[in-house]
Amino acid sequence: MNKFGFTISQGRQIDYESNSRRIADYIYDNEPSFRLCIECGACSATCTAGNFTSFSLRELNILIKRGENDQVYQSLKKCMLCGKCSLVCPRGVNTRNIIILAKKAFQLSDEYTV
Amino acid sequence: MKKHVVVIGGGVAGLEVAGQLSRVGIDVSLIEKESATGGNINNWFRLFPDRRRSSEVKEYLDGMNMNHDIRLHTNTTIEKFFRNRNNFSITTNAGKEMTADAVIIATGFDLFKSARKEEYGYGIYDNVITSADLEKMFTEGKIALTDGTAPDTIGIIHCVGSRDEKVGNFYCSKLCCVTAVKQAIEIREFLPDSKVFCFYMDMRMGGALYEELYREAQEKWGVNFIRGKVSEASETIENGLLIKVEDTLAGRPLKMKLDLLVLMAGMEMSEGGKKIARLGGLNTGENKFFVATDSHYGSNRSNIEGVFYAGTCTAPMNITETISHARSAVVEVVDYLKIAKS
Repeated sequence: MNKFGFTISQGRQIDYESNSRRIADYIYDNEPSFRLCIECGACSATCTAGNFTSFSLRELNILIKRGENDQVYQSLKKCMLCGKCSLVCPRGVNTRNIIILAKKAFQLSDEYTV
Repeated sequence: MKKHVVVIGGGVAGLEVAGQLSRVGIDVSLIEKESATGGNINNWFRLFPDRRRSSEVKEYLDGMNMNHDIRLHTNTTIEKFFRNRNNFSITTNAGKEMTADAVIIATGFDLFKSARKEEYGYGIYDNVITSADLEKMFTEGKIALTDGTAPDTIGIIHCVGSRDEKVGNFYCSKLCCVTAVKQAIEIREFLPDSKVFCFYMDMRMGGALYEELYREAQEKWGVNFIRGKVSEASETIENGLLIKVEDTLAGRPLKMKLDLLVLMAGMEMSEGGKKIARLGGLNTGENKFFVATDSHYGSNRSNIEGVFYAGTCTAPMNITETISHARSAVVEVVDYLKIAKS
C-alpha cells in the first residue's frame, strides 16, 4: 500500500475523566507521603537515571496523579531504585517507595505485565 | 508608683517597645545579650522593598529611646525568670535581680545555620556564602571571591532552612524570596556585567511592593529565575562551583557552573528565645516559635498572664510587621497594668 505521508497524531490533552487513577489510589493508600510533593524537582536533579534518560520522578508523580498510566508504565523501568531522591526531598516523601508501589499496582492489574 | 516593665531583647521589636512604653510613662529595663542594640538589623545594609539603608531605621529606633530614661543592660542574659503573685522576678547573668510588673519578650530570630545543609557546601567550599555574608560585602562596598576577583556568574538558592523537613523546618520564612530579589538587583548594580540566577520552589511575593520588585528584577536588571530546588553543589577542578537542579518548567535536569553561590538562610526561633521558653514555661509551637494565646486578636499574649510577645519571636515578620506587632504589645501591656493596678 502506498504511504502518503499522513499520520494521526495522538492527542496531547490530559483527559482527566477517562483516565484511571487506579495506580495513584494504590500509592495514596500505601504511601501517604505521596500527597506531599510540591514539584520542586530536587529528586530529578539528583537522579542518576534522569541525567541519562528522559526519566523524571517529579514528572512521574504528576503523571501518576493525572492517570497517564501508559506513560508512567514506560517510565518506571528507568529507575534503578538507588534512593538518592529520598535523601534530598524537602517534603520527606518516600520517593523510592512510590516507584516500588507503582510497580506493584501495575502487577496487580491485568492490563500490564511488568 | 511607676510601673516597671522588663523588655527582653534589644532588636527592632524590643527597641520599639521600650521607646513606646517610656513615652507613656512606664519604667523600662531593656535586656540585650550583645554589646549593642539593634539585633539582626545591624547585619543588613539595605532593606526591601525600597532598598533604603537599614541604618535609617536603626537611627529612628535609637532616637526614640534617647529621649527617655530607659535602663539598658547590654551583654546581659536572663538566668532566672519566674512569676510571683503580682509581679515577676528576673535574675541576670551578672547576678542582678529585678522585679517587674510585666515582661515583654522580644527575643527575635536567628538566621538558619546554613552549614546544616551540608549538600550546599557552606563552610566546605570556597565562595558559598549566606545572604547575611552578602550584606556584609554590600556594607564593605565590594563583592569579591576568596581570591579577590569579582564573580561573573552568581547563583542564589531560595528556601535554605525553610520549607525543608530534612532540617525540621516545615514553615516558610516568607522574607527570603524578596531578599533574594533585592540582593539579585544589588549584585547586578554592583557588577553590571554579571549574570544572576535565582533558584526557587515558589516565588512568594506576598508583601506590599514585593511583586513590583520581582518584576523590576526581571525587566530592568535581567535577573534569571529558574524554578527548581537545587539538590547539591560540588566543586569543579578549576575551584569553581557546580550545582545540580531540575529546571522543572523545562522538565529536564540542569547543571550550571557558578563563581559564587548565595544561600537564602531562613529564620528560626532564636537560641535566646528557646532559653526563655524553658525558664518561664512558655508555650512554643511545632515551628519552635512562641505560640500566642490567640492567633487573630491576641498575637501578643502568652500563656502566662503579664508576659507578652513582640516581633519575630512569634513568627517570621518583616520590619514593618515587627514594629506594628511591637506597638500592639505596648497596648496590651498598658491595658494589663491598668487592670493589675485596680
